[in-house]
Amino acid sequence: MNDVLDVTLRLLIVFVVFLTFPLLVGQTEHKVMAHMQGRLGPMYAGGFHGWAQLVADGVKFAQKEDIVPAGADRRIFQLAPAVALLPYLLVLLAIPVGPGEGAVGQVVDAGIFFVLAVMGVGVLGSLMAGWASANKFSLLGGLRTAAQLLAYELPMLLTAASVAMAAGTVSLPGILDAFEWWWLPWQIVGAIVFFVAGLAELQRPPFDMPVADSEIIFGAYTEYTGLRFALFLLAEYAGIVVLCGLTTVLFLGGWHGPWDDDGLGWVWTLLKTAVLAFIVIWLRVTYPRLREDQLQKLSWTLLVPLSLAQIALTGVVKVVIR
Amino acid sequence: MSLAADTPGFLSPTGVEITFVLVGLVTFGAALVTVTTRQLVHAALWLVVALGGLAVEYLLLTAEFIAWVQVLIYVGSVVVLLLFGLMLTRAPIGRSPDADSGNRWAALAVAVASAGTLIWVVVDAFRTTWIDLDGPAAGSTKATGQSLFQNWVLPFEGLSVLLLAALVGAIVLSRKAKETDPAAGPDPAAPHSGEQGEKETR
Repeated sequence: MNDVLDVTLRLLIVFVVFLTFPLLVGQTEHKVMAHMQGRLGPMYAGGFHGWAQLVADGVKFAQKEDIVPAGADRRIFQLAPAVALLPYLLVLLAIPVGPGEGAVGQVVDAGIFFVLAVMGVGVLGSLMAGWASANKFSLLGGLRTAAQLLAYELPMLLTAASVAMAAGTVSLPGILDAFEWWWLPWQIVGAIVFFVAGLAELQRPPFDMPVADSEIIFGAYTEYTGLRFALFLLAEYAGIVVLCGLTTVLFLGGWHGPWDDDGLGWVWTLLKTAVLAFIVIWLRVTYPRLREDQLQKLSWTLLVPLSLAQIALTGVVKVVIR
Repeated sequence: MSLAADTPGFLSPTGVEITFVLVGLVTFGAALVTVTTRQLVHAALWLVVALGGLAVEYLLLTAEFIAWVQVLIYVGSVVVLLLFGLMLTRAPIGRSPDADSGNRWAALAVAVASAGTLIWVVVDAFRTTWIDLDGPAAGSTKATGQSLFQNWVLPFEGLSVLLLAALVGAIVLSRKAKETDPAAGPDPAAPHSGEQGEKETR
């Protein structure tokens, strides 16, 4: 009975995190973007600095009519948002927030492979949406999504493999147990490549070619309205949480901090994740969108060689210190 | 209880075994729909179900590492590449009756023959092998890696060479296409030069 309670509690916590953290990131994005652009952002909803803006948005989305275009492939069109969103919920299960087995939803033996594999599945949602909408802009968006995924999955995998080599394990808690502070300069190139490739996989600016609202009208999501559209947006923000959490765990030492790792471990994890999420928002405000060919060129001529060099460096250092 | 553990049989299946058979049936059904559906993109999506079902089967056999690699490579990359190719060429919504091949009976014969061979080999090789689900995972990353690099290095290296050859072949093919069409430079947004190049080579 205790096991059942334990599992239920863990699932419940992960689910609550899944529902609240993306909204927190979204609200922060509203405010940070506004202040970086000399505006105030939402100020009225909820009273204090518009804290309830996203709740109000959610109510608005729920009221909207749910339209499926006449020429669309009905079932796939309706299924796509779930396929886009659910993988991130599964990934959250495997991300450790503190030391020990109590601070992770589920210990997965091949954790790195699990998170990267499941994150890749999420992109299928965009592809399905792009195809099933029976809209040329959506199809273009879907195509760009696929091309982008194929280009950026490789550097992500290679840099994650570099960390796995350094730690000698592919389990996420295992990597954190093996972490030393000097891994930070050692793996810094890999960290940057991983983060950039992750941004591209999430289709966040400056890599938002597949959704480019001013060119192809939000790409794969053009035909979506109401709650289904909101689910796609939620998937994007859940993706930010997952990517920042993963970068924290793989490259920034997760729950390791300057002091009191055991007691304050989860605070360090959340703090690092929050700083990374802020950087994601910051990049959106500062950089213009890359063109499709620039985007491919960045991946194949810069990120892939850099990640290969990182793997070579990791291997050499690993042999030298053994 | 101890008797059943000593000589495992098929008469009193455990929960895991029943799940295994059910997932196997779903996988088989999805695979059948993949090759019989008349909608191209639906075929690719049913392939996702079939490959995902296989991953679940690996998980049930405690081969966690293999399962996630299966999802990563097949669902995450191969199917995405397939969908990408379909969208680039033709992916109509609805049925495409002209997509049926005249070779389907030959394909069926080959498929049945290879499936028969594989089933025969696997059943013959693993008839008496039982996985202890309660003990340490027999298919953990560590166990998989050790057996791969201790007992199966030669096939592993052979596969690497095969993949390398395929990679080199792909590069050679794409280079050749460029040589026959010299006017079409690296700039894809210049259709005029491409047309001129075609005329010149003609």
